[in-house]
Amino acid sequence: MNNMKNKRPPMKKGVLSRILKMLFKSYKWQMVAVTACIVLVSVASTIAPLFMETFIGYIGEGLENGIDAVFSKIVKAILLMLSIYAVGWVSSFVYTRIMAIVSQSFLNDIRKKMFDKMQGFPVRYFDTNAHGDIMSHYTNDVDTIRELVSGTLPHLIQSALIVTFLVINMLNLSVWMTLIVAFASIAMVLVAKTIGGASAKNFMKMQKSIAKTEGFVEEMMKGQKVVKVFCHEKESIEDFDKINGELCQNATQANRFANILMPIMGNIGNILYVIVAFVGGVLIINEIPNLSLRMLLGIVPASVVGIGVVLPFLNASKQFTNNISQVSQQINAVVMAMAGSSRVLELLDTEPEIDNGYVTLVNAMEIDGKIVECEERTGMWAWKHPHSADGSVTYTKLRGDVRIENMDFGYVPEKTVLHDITLYAEPGQKVAFVGATGAGKTTITNLINRFYDIDDGKIRYDGININKIKKADLRRSLGVVLQDVNLFTGTVMENIRYGKLDATDEECIAAAKLANAHDFITRLPDGYNTLLTSNGANLSQGQRQLLSIARAAVADPPVMILDEATSSIDTRTEALVSRGMDALMKGRTVFVIAHRLSTVRNSDVIMVLENGRIIERGNHEKLVAEKGKYYQLYTGAFELE
Amino acid sequence: MQIIRTLAKCVREYKKPAILAPVIIAGEVAIECFIPFVTAELVRNIENKCELSVIVKYGLILLLLAAASLTCGALAGHFAAIASCGFAKNVRHDAYCAIQNYSFANMDKFSTAGLVTRLTTDVTYVQMSFMMIIRTAIRSPMMIIFALVMAISISPKMSLAFTVVIPVLAVGLWLIFKYAHPIFKTVFKKYDNLNNSVEENVSGMRVVKSFVREDYEREKFKKASDDVADGFTRAEKILALNSPIMQFCFNALMLMVCFFGSQLIIKSNATDLDVPGFSALLTYGAQVLMSLMMLSMIIVTLTLSAESASRLTELLDEVSAIQNPTHPVTEVRDGSILFDKVSFSYSENAEKKSLSGIDLFIASGETVGIVGGTGSGKTSLIQLISRLYDVTEGSVKVGGVDVREYDIETLRNEVSVVLQKNVLFSGTIKDNLRWGDANATDEDMIRVCKLAEAHEFIETFPDKYDTYITQGGTNVSGGQKQRLCIARALLKKPKILILDDSTSAVDTKTDALIRRAFAEEIPDTTKIIIAQRISSVEHADKIIVLDGGSIESVGNHEELLKISPIYKEIYESQTKGASDDE
Repeated sequence: MNNMKNKRPPMKKGVLSRILKMLFKSYKWQMVAVTACIVLVSVASTIAPLFMETFIGYIGEGLENGIDAVFSKIVKAILLMLSIYAVGWVSSFVYTRIMAIVSQSFLNDIRKKMFDKMQGFPVRYFDTNAHGDIMSHYTNDVDTIRELVSGTLPHLIQSALIVTFLVINMLNLSVWMTLIVAFASIAMVLVAKTIGGASAKNFMKMQKSIAKTEGFVEEMMKGQKVVKVFCHEKESIEDFDKINGELCQNATQANRFANILMPIMGNIGNILYVIVAFVGGVLIINEIPNLSLRMLLGIVPASVVGIGVVLPFLNASKQFTNNISQVSQQINAVVMAMAGSSRVLELLDTEPEIDNGYVTLVNAMEIDGKIVECEERTGMWAWKHPHSADGSVTYTKLRGDVRIENMDFGYVPEKTVLHDITLYAEPGQKVAFVGATGAGKTTITNLINRFYDIDDGKIRYDGININKIKKADLRRSLGVVLQDVNLFTGTVMENIRYGKLDATDEECIAAAKLANAHDFITRLPDGYNTLLTSNGANLSQGQRQLLSIARAAVADPPVMILDEATSSIDTRTEALVSRGMDALMKGRTVFVIAHRLSTVRNSDVIMVLENGRIIERGNHEKLVAEKGKYYQLYTGAFELE
Repeated sequence: MQIIRTLAKCVREYKKPAILAPVIIAGEVAIECFIPFVTAELVRNIENKCELSVIVKYGLILLLLAAASLTCGALAGHFAAIASCGFAKNVRHDAYCAIQNYSFANMDKFSTAGLVTRLTTDVTYVQMSFMMIIRTAIRSPMMIIFALVMAISISPKMSLAFTVVIPVLAVGLWLIFKYAHPIFKTVFKKYDNLNNSVEENVSGMRVVKSFVREDYEREKFKKASDDVADGFTRAEKILALNSPIMQFCFNALMLMVCFFGSQLIIKSNATDLDVPGFSALLTYGAQVLMSLMMLSMIIVTLTLSAESASRLTELLDEVSAIQNPTHPVTEVRDGSILFDKVSFSYSENAEKKSLSGIDLFIASGETVGIVGGTGSGKTSLIQLISRLYDVTEGSVKVGGVDVREYDIETLRNEVSVVLQKNVLFSGTIKDNLRWGDANATDEDMIRVCKLAEAHEFIETFPDKYDTYITQGGTNVSGGQKQRLCIARALLKKPKILILDDSTSAVDTKTDALIRRAFAEEIPDTTKIIIAQRISSVEHADKIIVLDGGSIESVGNHEELLKISPIYKEIYESQTKGASDDE
């Protein structure tokens, strides 16, 4: 699984714009308001320094004419600035608040969208992707988008606006000197690109190292008890140190580049300041004619370069470089967000499970020998089969008759796992599969409930090709108990009720009694209200299997698939369970997979599978009498005296 | 405080860069503070229409300063990166070593996912804080002090403006922090729950799909996700106040300086304060507020990572429940085992003991079967032999010596346990086998694999013994995995071999072959077999029937059929139908 983790998709272009488009589309008005507010904030913060000049003018005037002459002007100017600032404060308050709401809602949208989509993915997706990898979509990847939307994006908008204002301002002062700044900013962009790029590259490497560490730690922690038993601690630490060292190296590199970017950018600003001052000085001394935007537009008459031009220009250039270097700090976030977005989009673009089924399962009742669809739960079900040819609808009673004819299947096209499987399971029959692990027993059940689709042949359910049945309805009619039990965080009762969401407490308890789980449940600290966490970690494997049987029992489906459902239950308990199971199986078609032959002995028909083929079939007596593979398996224990 | 002390130990060889970084930063700050003076001087000269040479002179000084500041900044960044990443490396190393040192009892306390988060996310947070401390903890206070001193030296009267603004800002930041922090704390917990539910869903997808619960799961997730979004939004809304408050303070300071400053200049006829001083005041004001802001950010980061730090400390300070004795015995005489009035419970306050009143002797070389229902204490019993847990009362002796007196490694090398929940690690089959003996030759490996009936199927793999086993051993079947685990345990050449339900996925015939091989090839090894199948234990010298944590009866197959109702019941449940079918 480790190598799967490293198989990240190549970053596609345009992922950022797609994510941003999603943002602006869903939150159009909010984003318009945010942008407007950011404009106001930027205007407020750029206008203020312009006022300072006027203000200093007033001071000069005051020094000549006394305070009274300028006091009212000063008050007026202060009030004016105050009102501009107030606009800034309000806008800033509004936009940060909207942004807080928007960014969280947007992330929530993405999360939900991903989960929504994911629920529709075929089982194959979960079988072929490392779970840690799927998980990281919801954590790391979404996190990079949060960083982008709530941090980087407003920052970039604001900086872009301020930079634009500053450029106009500088052009207004002097075109010549603006050219110098332009050159310097090209240099800054280049530096930011090189160093920031190097840093971003290393951050990605670091992420990979972290993923590797995570994978390693996960594997070792899962096997920690084995490590102890084999006194393998030293070797395990050595292996960890190797990975840890690599992570440290990548992290150091990434952080080093990130750390030195700021001082370099800041000092390029300082150097630019000196150059501008020098050039300005030269221009002043040589009384070079000025060229500026406002002169070109004829707002002010032509003049030479003076102090009135150079001083404000120096200020503007300082602000300019400050902004550029701040933007450069965001490069990392942007690169990371690109990687994260592309992974999120990849998930969102994954094709969901295709379902062309049109036959549905409906509640029905029999009136005068005819099956009629009805609203309420009657306990009787029927397949509703619309025929597109003549527009008629036929109803077939749900009986649990499963027929597999000449079925072939392989998980990958190159390797066929099941060959030419044919079997009939009549309603109420118990069909067992035995055979070595890897013989294809579980695969057959995967195909009946259409987790995977067969390559060749047919599976019919009550005479209907299962490809025509809506997957959800098909699965609803099949109860599955798997060897690996998955329980969900919640109470014991909730876990049983998972089988049938509207089951009453009594129904759940009845199901638990049937599965022989009632006893141990009542011995739990809070009985049926005991909270189960991390897949029922506080229960034994056997207890978990009992719960999963109860869960299937409450669902009450006509067909049951028991895949090694009792493998971890000791035989004594199993004997007790099987009594309940027998009651449970009564009147149902049941597929049983087990390597413990005691479990399958009383089946109506036993299929012995080997290398994906049914090599023997028949009931216990017949197979024993045949003295074939089954007989060998069955008598294996008694063979050696 | 304890947290800091524990984590500080992890700095070690990175002390030098960890100290150098702030020292150099102090230098950088000094230069940075000096630069405005020079620029102010330069501007004044330009204003006075000075000679070009004067500009050149100041320009050169400025360039030199910029170069110096750049060098300092880059160096500090370099050292800070080395120190913080190195520190993180050491924390991870220490944490990992601590875990390796844990006993089974310690491990039961932590979940796998919890340990993974601690070693990755938590360490990353701590690393970030560490870097922040060495980079800004010096810088910001220095900047504040410097700027304040400068402001006071320019105009003590005007500096009063600071005394108005700074408390406002400080209180504002404190309030934000006070209200946001508890929300964050609860939200992070909800966030964990959200991730947990995704994990459950992903690993339980077959169940979800079988029961057609996709919509139910969507609803469940939606609720959890909305919950998280709600919480984060509330917290972020409060945090969002940061920027307007900051701007407010900054602007307020500016306006105050403008209003009172201009009057002061005019009234004092530019003696108490002049125009350049006036601009300088504004600059310093901005500097103080910026630095305060930085400090507040440090505090926020620190509190966010405090949780991580305390979780790491918990891990580092956990004392292993099983320690090597001071004068350990390093030789196990033979494979005999004696349980002397043993009782055992997993936790001190458990109501019911997992084992009680166990008295049992197993002679060296014996084959012993253990049977009993789910929860009867089979696994607990055998875990005491190799001291995976310590007894609560009584004692367990191996080779006549109390297991607590052995060197742990010696003991565990002689007592080889094949665990019930066994795992293979990613790597080749050979890599996995070598866990048993690092120096095992190919012949050794083939020998044990033949013993464990694994050789045959290994030979069918295209890469044979070099076949790569994926994480968790997903590319071999359950039965194959169990046989590989047995082979691995055999490589240790132990005096005692314990199989804890280790052949449950192996078919009965192979199971029998393995047992026969054991009897013929390693007759001197004490073999303890826990099994659910009676056929796995019926030929044992001695079979122990456990029930509810005590020994119900001991004897061989025939004896037990007579005296043990439990044994009889199990036996009949498994053989019923062999002779008479129902």
